[in-house]
Amino acid sequence: MQEKEALMADSLLSYIALAMILFSIGFLGVIARKNIFIVYMSIELMLNAINLIFIALGRYYESMQPQVIALIIIAIAAAEAAVFLSLIVVLYRKKKSLNSDVFNVLNQKDAAHE
Amino acid sequence: MSNFLLAWIVLIPLLSSAALGLMYLFSIKIVKIPNIVFTLIGVSAPFASFWIATTFFLQMIGNSEIFLYKAYRWLGVDGYDIDMGFMADKLSIFMVLFITFVGGLIHLYASGYMKNDDGYGKFFFYFNLFIASMLLLVLADSPIIMFIGWEGVGVCSYFLISYYYEDEKNVQAGNKAFIANRVGDLGFIIAMITMFYYAGANGFDYINLEASMASVPPDVLTFIGLALFVGAIGKSAQIPLFVWLPDAMAGPTPVSALIHAATMVTAGVYMVARFHFLYDLIPDVGLIIAYVGAFSALFAAVIATKQTDIKKILAYSTMSQLGYMFIAVGLGGYSVGIFHVFTHAFFKALLFMGAGAVIVALHHEQNIFKMGGMKNKTPLVYFTMLIATLAIAGIPPFAGFFSKDEILLTAFGSGEYLIWIMGVVTAVLTAYYMFRLLFVVFHGSNYKEERKLHALNKSITMPLVILAMGSMFAGLIGVPELLGGHNLIGIWLSDWRNSSLHVAHDTEFILMAVNILAAIVGISIAYKKFFKYDMKIVPQYEGMIWNKFYIDEIYDRFIVQKIKKISIFISYKVDVNIIDMVVMGLSRSFIRGGHFISKLQNANTRFYAFTMLIGISVISTYLIMVMR
Repeated sequence: MQEKEALMADSLLSYIALAMILFSIGFLGVIARKNIFIVYMSIELMLNAINLIFIALGRYYESMQPQVIALIIIAIAAAEAAVFLSLIVVLYRKKKSLNSDVFNVLNQKDAAHE
Repeated sequence: MSNFLLAWIVLIPLLSSAALGLMYLFSIKIVKIPNIVFTLIGVSAPFASFWIATTFFLQMIGNSEIFLYKAYRWLGVDGYDIDMGFMADKLSIFMVLFITFVGGLIHLYASGYMKNDDGYGKFFFYFNLFIASMLLLVLADSPIIMFIGWEGVGVCSYFLISYYYEDEKNVQAGNKAFIANRVGDLGFIIAMITMFYYAGANGFDYINLEASMASVPPDVLTFIGLALFVGAIGKSAQIPLFVWLPDAMAGPTPVSALIHAATMVTAGVYMVARFHFLYDLIPDVGLIIAYVGAFSALFAAVIATKQTDIKKILAYSTMSQLGYMFIAVGLGGYSVGIFHVFTHAFFKALLFMGAGAVIVALHHEQNIFKMGGMKNKTPLVYFTMLIATLAIAGIPPFAGFFSKDEILLTAFGSGEYLIWIMGVVTAVLTAYYMFRLLFVVFHGSNYKEERKLHALNKSITMPLVILAMGSMFAGLIGVPELLGGHNLIGIWLSDWRNSSLHVAHDTEFILMAVNILAAIVGISIAYKKFFKYDMKIVPQYEGMIWNKFYIDEIYDRFIVQKIKKISIFISYKVDVNIIDMVVMGLSRSFIRGGHFISKLQNANTRFYAFTMLIGISVISTYLIMVMR
């Protein structure tokens, strides 16, 4: 019994480590890349990293709640993907570019230097 | 009882002034309202108050009833309440009677004098407001309510002195009056606070104060008495705060007649009489008051002998007569002082209104040496002025004789011979300068340019006649028993007379003869020097007296300039270097900080995301490390 718990704790730690690495990669993608698609993919990656943590903790505590939450997140992410992709299509039509720096209409830079 | 009518004595002029003010604004902004409307409302208000006051006066005859009316609670602080209360005793109702009567006549006069003025409605607004404040001052039942009226008359006086505000000199005169009064008001406030601290525990109206005054230590009483007198000095233009009164002649002549002769300046005398229960306990302070009065009387009379501006002469004579009143009240002869206030209101208002009539007739000429020969041109003004001049000079049986005689009798009977001598010398000078004015203006032969005189209408001349009657007969209410009369005013106010004088009848006769002699000496000197005075060239005076003993210059040098220096130091050094630095530095640092922070808002989405992560990390670290 003791051994099994230790084994569980070890594997939980590896799962969390993997999730953190995935999250960091995703975050780096968000702040380092300009292409909107890559940014979007990175966001999804971060989302799934979080999902992974939920699942791992659910297994560890033998609880159903985190798994249900993970399922809901996946469902919402699917809906959100549809919205996001349609937004990207609209933005591309406006600016003919996928560079995220182009979309700066709400910039207050000039007003702030009055 | 009908005590609530007391409040209406004050309320009628107040409401009418409010109505006049609104109507004036309506008149200049929207549709012009004819002057007759302003006249009807403005002139009827003081007479309405007079009528109400008469009903109270009639109820008071033959008994010693005091009417009290508390209108509403004005202030309530932690169990201590100040009511808007009115009190009519014999003193205040007497004051109200002649304030409203003389004031009403001057309103009537003003309706003729100001006829062609653009600000006609505004003028009557100020006038009625002034009457309301003055009546509140007189009818108040506690020093605090009195102070409201006190300040009200001060501010109305300021408005009216600088009435012709286009000329900067008038505005300065108004400021001077206001500031000089302010110095006096400080004394009043200090006295009120001290009185409240020591004697205010059982209520702060006069009746309770009178009861609790005996338990106050004598040093404190002296202090209160002196501080109150400082207030009286400011309002009644005595040495050393008199400088505003001559300058106050910048206002229109009805203003001078109403405020600076008949009513407002007597507020100081009234205050001393009102606080007689205080001054009865401290005769030493009373003596100081009497000496200040005597010096002021003499001082002003000396200056008046050399002035050439008709209104300035009258202004100094007002100050001189106020000095007489202070002699009387200072020596405890309160009823005598109030008697002189009463007679003075008549003949001084008449003198100012006569002077105003001459000034109007001569197209606003004020130098007496440019007038002359007015006797045949305006005979009615001449005769009324002659009566007033005889009254102020102290020739029997005109009003001024009886009151002045009683004042000097009080001074002599109290054993203050120095004051008595100063009073007699002042009487000589008074007769001299008043007849100098009369002879030069009405008998002299200078007015050579035969310009057409400005016509005087009825509303100007009618009050003159009524007041001339008053100047003739007002003294009769105070005929001393020596001459077979009943001293009605002495009996009326006898409840609070301090010293009953015991002077032998022979002495009294001699004193009376001395007074008449003094007046005759003054008149004959003036007659010798100025009767049929031929003024080919307008005399130019110089020297110390003409320059008013350089008092204005001394004040300017030692007080005004010093304060100016301090003000300049504060405004150019302290303000610029310290206050501005702090205030502007703060605002500049906010601007700089804003610019700095605005750089963060650079429209770079990835940067925002990075900042967000930092924020989330900081918060979660905090939650994990600290809140756990």
